Amino acid sequence: MKDEVTREERVENLKGLGCSRKRVEDARFTQGKGNYVDDIKLDGMLFGDFVRSPYAHARIKSIDTAAALEVPGVLAVLTAADLEPLGLHWMPTLAGDKQMVLADGKVLFQGQEVAFVVAEDRYAAADGMEAVEVEYEELPVLVDPFEALKSDVVLREDLVAEDGSIPAGAHGPRKHANHIFTWEAGDKEPTEQVIVNAEVVAEESMYYHRTHPCPLETCGCVASMDKVNGKLTLWGTFQAPHAIRTVVSLISGIEEHNIRVISPDIGGGFGNKVGAYPGYVCSVVASIVTGKPVKWIEDRMDNLMTTAFARDYHMTGKISATKEGKITGLHCHVTADHGGFDACADPTKFPAGFMNICTGSYDIPTAYLEVDGVYTNKAPGGVSYRCSFRVTEAVYFIERMIEVLAIKLDMDAAELRRINFIRKEQFPYTAALGWEYDSGDYHTAWDKALKAVDYEGLRAEQAQRVEDFKAGKTRKLMGIGLSFFTEIVGAGPVKNCDILGLGMFDSCEIRIHPTGSAIARLGTISQGQGHATTFAQILASEIGLPADSITIEEGDTDTAPYGLGTYGSRSTPVAGAATAMAGRKIRAKAQMIAAYLLEVHDDDVEFDVDRFVVKGAPEKFKTMKEIAFAAYNQAIPGIEPGLEAVSYYDPPNMTYPFGAYVCVMDIDVDTGVTDIRRFYALDDCGTRINPMIIEGQVHGGLTEALAVALGQEIAYDDMGNVKTGTLMDFFLPTAWEVPNYETDYTVTPSPHHPIGAKGVGESPHVGGVPCFSNAVQDAFRAFGNTHTNMPHDHWRIWKTANELGLHD
Amino acid sequence: MIPAAFEYYRPKDMAGVLSILEEHGDDARVMAGGHSLIPMMKLRMADVPHLIDLQDVGGMSDIEIGSDSLRIGAMVTQSQIIEHAELAQVAPILREAALQIADPQVRYMGTVGGNVANGDPGNDMPGLMQCLDASFTVVGPDGERDIAARDFYEAAYMTAREDEEVLTAVTVPLPKGGYAYEKQKRKIGDYATAAAAVQIVKEGGACASASIAMTNLSDTPVYSEAAGAALVGTSVDDAALKAAVSAMLEDIDPADDNRGPVAFKNHVAGVILRRAIERAWSRA
Ligand SMILES: Cc1cc2nc3c(=O)[nH]c(=O)nc-3n(C[C@H](O)[C@H](O)[C@H](O)COP(=O)(O)OP(=O)(O)OC[C@H]3O[C@@H](n4cnc5c(N)ncnc54)[C@H](O)[C@@H]3O)c2cc1C
Repeated sequence: MKDEVTREERVENLKGLGCSRKRVEDARFTQGKGNYVDDIKLDGMLFGDFVRSPYAHARIKSIDTAAALEVPGVLAVLTAADLEPLGLHWMPTLAGDKQMVLADGKVLFQGQEVAFVVAEDRYAAADGMEAVEVEYEELPVLVDPFEALKSDVVLREDLVAEDGSIPAGAHGPRKHANHIFTWEAGDKEPTEQVIVNAEVVAEESMYYHRTHPCPLETCGCVASMDKVNGKLTLWGTFQAPHAIRTVVSLISGIEEHNIRVISPDIGGGFGNKVGAYPGYVCSVVASIVTGKPVKWIEDRMDNLMTTAFARDYHMTGKISATKEGKITGLHCHVTADHGGFDACADPTKFPAGFMNICTGSYDIPTAYLEVDGVYTNKAPGGVSYRCSFRVTEAVYFIERMIEVLAIKLDMDAAELRRINFIRKEQFPYTAALGWEYDSGDYHTAWDKALKAVDYEGLRAEQAQRVEDFKAGKTRKLMGIGLSFFTEIVGAGPVKNCDILGLGMFDSCEIRIHPTGSAIARLGTISQGQGHATTFAQILASEIGLPADSITIEEGDTDTAPYGLGTYGSRSTPVAGAATAMAGRKIRAKAQMIAAYLLEVHDDDVEFDVDRFVVKGAPEKFKTMKEIAFAAYNQAIPGIEPGLEAVSYYDPPNMTYPFGAYVCVMDIDVDTGVTDIRRFYALDDCGTRINPMIIEGQVHGGLTEALAVALGQEIAYDDMGNVKTGTLMDFFLPTAWEVPNYETDYTVTPSPHHPIGAKGVGESPHVGGVPCFSNAVQDAFRAFGNTHTNMPHDHWRIWKTANELGLHD
Repeated sequence: MIPAAFEYYRPKDMAGVLSILEEHGDDARVMAGGHSLIPMMKLRMADVPHLIDLQDVGGMSDIEIGSDSLRIGAMVTQSQIIEHAELAQVAPILREAALQIADPQVRYMGTVGGNVANGDPGNDMPGLMQCLDASFTVVGPDGERDIAARDFYEAAYMTAREDEEVLTAVTVPLPKGGYAYEKQKRKIGDYATAAAAVQIVKEGGACASASIAMTNLSDTPVYSEAAGAALVGTSVDDAALKAAVSAMLEDIDPADDNRGPVAFKNHVAGVILRRAIERAWSRA
């Protein structure tokens, strides 16, 4: 028997950085003991629900609520006319536009909120909704943004001046009544020059279809206005609870200290729960009007049809290169379909998000990007579905352009990537469109990936398959999908990132309890990412107390420090950094306490895992547990009692995770059915806090990537009807559709992050979508395919094969 | 997704069911597993003021295997079909088809009777039962009668069953020869893009008889007599397969939807049928 634990064991006991600690959240989730917003039940609570427009574009001639008010259990029906005196019939969006809370004279998309029925329970509310009579006059529908920019039909009359002129919008001049903004990055003329004079130019137009984050839990809230003390409590599915509190205060006039916003457990967000929805406003108003708590919970169709969608980018690219394949220039134009209101959730100065990361992982000397935002008769949104702001679009664009260029050059696409990667010694690297990439080692990752899958062997097998196909021996083709992505996450530096004027810093507040355990509160909110597990690990390594003794709390604005919430993989880069910095403040004070207790000078003790030791005399030490107790029971000259710290962290730069993915797919040419034989994912997210959680995040992100690439879409018909409003048609993969994933990694720490971590939750989605898509496209390369649009569902793949003459 | 208010009944016997049906006419409907009916009520596509749950009626949950036919009670679930070992011996196509319906959760609830009575062209069992030349027993105020599966389906959700009749059992002549149920779908839990049920008898290297039915390619299941006839007497070679496929294509009438346009569905129907015939023939 050893009388003392070894240093290694002490490190292990902390369950700090690098430990595959089991998720502490899972005990409640796996036992059905989570506490989601729909689990909240308050005395006398009412239920509100929306009458929604069946039309995509119509004038509202009248709304008759009389019959609805007769329905037993129905207490009130709110319309725009009721909200107008409060100035709440419209609300500001995160993108500088405004949005109708309830239809004000017209509707702009199918499913738009027209009236809010408040009833004793959700059944009565549903009957009340049926009884509201709305008279519509149908208007011409615009579902195509290119048509919208030519049409005389004005969608937003509120944005046209009386003399018919088009005033500028939140992001500058507008070219047409249905135009929202033009946003540019890079150098237009030089890029055009480079392309005109280039040896080789490849061009492609691609449509990144509209899809939806579709979290398992839909959006919802419970608003409770206590008229006695004037306090409003709002529980809800908020990815950014503090921002919601500020927005509610600004639009309602209730002072911010009288508003308490609580995000309970959240069943997935993926960007869908960042913005503010009419349901929140109506619930608050209904609670004020009735004096009772009011709950609003979307059903699945409401969620798919009306709350924030993702993508819907029409992208046109030109990429130029030398004959040897060295890329010289990139030009990208995007027509962005934003729907009826501009409700994108991007930092204020970035109306197209970080689309300007579209030079990808490549050293492209000259580039230009132009994005035109357009109004159409579709639901508003444009959120970043499991990616940082529009990064999935950007990476899809460049990873397709690389493939298209490889075809033009008749070159191997892996080799083309290799010769154009930003080299390790070029970091920090300033890209042509402005971002400063903090770190990277792309060649190492790429070589490791290609070796792991035996890339050359795969290409040989594929060539044989093509031979066999041509000889009539098989009807299956083989596709090898490649993608190399660079994410830009951790928004972000306050100097260029804000939302509604709120800087995108984040925060952590730590209290060490006398017996050596702790609570840390953050401005972020987990929706499945496992913050309670990983943030405790960061702290464990910083302050030397076991992760199991540290409670992480998020989501209650009355207790948590101000922060901008969780999306865009920002929690670890920003709040994780704040956590480490707050931990270091704790440690600094602990060092003084330790020195006092050990009767030496502050500089004579040093931190070692879970204790401070006297330099050169490791047998003389005070554990963090002892120090914590001393902080509360000793009067130490010159040191305040207690052990607490707060840190607000304004990141100096974004972080740039990257990765190399390979997908091997077999495609049945006759039915369009795909079979993913292999998927290899190498991620470099810098310092790895919890490898098991990373692996889980990678699996989840890849699965959502598979969904988007192979079938998941929000499709509209010409009349603006949503064709995919239920899970029968909206593809949500199950274990059945998902292949086995092989995960791998390299570690290139972020040089500016306190622990070198970069964020990982969204990388697999960003890199996965082009990888799956490239596999499909690659299978048909030998038969003349350059590009086909996603989603690659059975019939679209069949159509590709058909158009290439592969069916006799 | 909240249904309109309805009255719920749970009678203990068939007489109780029939009297409620008689009293309320088409304002009343029976419910078996509820996995087609409840979603339609929630979407308010079906308005059922009087809902009669069949769970307590009894007498409709047996699988009886006779010498030349088998009888499946209307309340037998799709999962019970899958688990029944003897059934899998004498009529393996039932198991093969049931395994391709929905997902395990739905199959625990969904019944054979509900599946064939529903009249949704997406349901797999109607086509299957047409292929097997099954008949459906229904009971109503005027007593019992049998309706051939091949005569049962009139249009989407329209069948030969009268509103006040209840389907009690499905009788299937014991199938002979090789079989296959082939289905293409977009994902687990999806209805067919195209599905084919094939039962084929081989004698002395030639096809002695063949029965073919297709699913979700028209507003009713499609029993294609001509497709089966095209195989009879042949060695089921390429020419015969082509003839069967062309005959089947004459009989189906698919519609454009999220699964794809008509041209695609026709093409896939042909591919699926060919594969089904080949598999059935290999087992014959
Ligand atoms: C997600 C999902 C996926 C599905 N996928 C498939 C699939 O791939 N293939 C497939 O075939 N089915 C599929 N289904 C349907 C499922 O198999 C249903 O359970 C089945 O169609 C109906 O059986 P039921 O017992 O649930 O009937 P119910 O829903 O109870 O009834 C359906 C209809 O039949 C009537 N009915 C029921 N029993 C009788 C009776 N004894 N006499 C007279 N009328 C009766 C009812 O009045 C009602 O109109 C799916 C369902 C779901 C929810």
